[in-house]
Amino acid sequence: MAEALPSVTIVRRIKASPAKVWAAITRPDQMIQWWGPDAGPTLRADVDVRPGGRFSVVFRLLNGDEHNPTGIYREVIPERKLVFTWDLPGERESLVTFLLEPIDGGTELILLHEHLPDEAERESHEQGWRGLLDKLPRFLGV
Amino acid sequence: MVKYQTSAIDRTFSALADPTRRHILLRLKDEPGLSVSELARPLSLKLPGMMKHLDVLSDAGLITRAKTGRTVSVNLSVGPMREAMEWLKRYERLWTVSLDRLVAFVEKDGE
Repeated sequence: MAEALPSVTIVRRIKASPAKVWAAITRPDQMIQWWGPDAGPTLRADVDVRPGGRFSVVFRLLNGDEHNPTGIYREVIPERKLVFTWDLPGERESLVTFLLEPIDGGTELILLHEHLPDEAERESHEQGWRGLLDKLPRFLGV
Repeated sequence: MVKYQTSAIDRTFSALADPTRRHILLRLKDEPGLSVSELARPLSLKLPGMMKHLDVLSDAGLITRAKTGRTVSVNLSVGPMREAMEWLKRYERLWTVSLDRLVAFVEKDGE
């Protein structure tokens, strides 16, 4: 995996096999059981999990707001890697990557949410502004 | 959930995606009010090249320039970077909670 400008990176060790995690992130009947940023319900998951296929999830937040991120699958390597674009109204397209790595006792999941969707653009940016962003909290006094 | 003026945050991120411009910002953080030529000197950049970088930073709202006599002094402006941080923080929260739920879901009936 190239260290290409991860905007948000989260690593989780999960006590479940990559096959199981893969099912949870790609099967609509399973996605609707967890997908969402708070305890609000996931209302719909319409996905066609293959390169070029469409991704669309609707979730309702506890505050009642509904959101519908959509996107296109870019890379699908079963039980290893899932890449899709992420579109929300009012926001520039970004890119989400799930990486699954078998580990002793389960799976290591790495999630990247990158702001810059374009491969060429990202490559040219290299090991980027992350250093600067790391310094930002101090910088901004937060 | 996540609403920004798309173009503004785009400009911030693309302005930050260049080592020279990041260097400029970090220098300005330590030494606010440097002149254009003072900024250009250690980078061995010619003035026109420097001006281009400053234009990008200025369009993104990351710096302000003030002219005093014949000297242009440059200062940092942190507003847009706050927005960039906010974008990252929101997604950090979104995925943190979503992944908590994913983990709970796939681990719930044990291995």
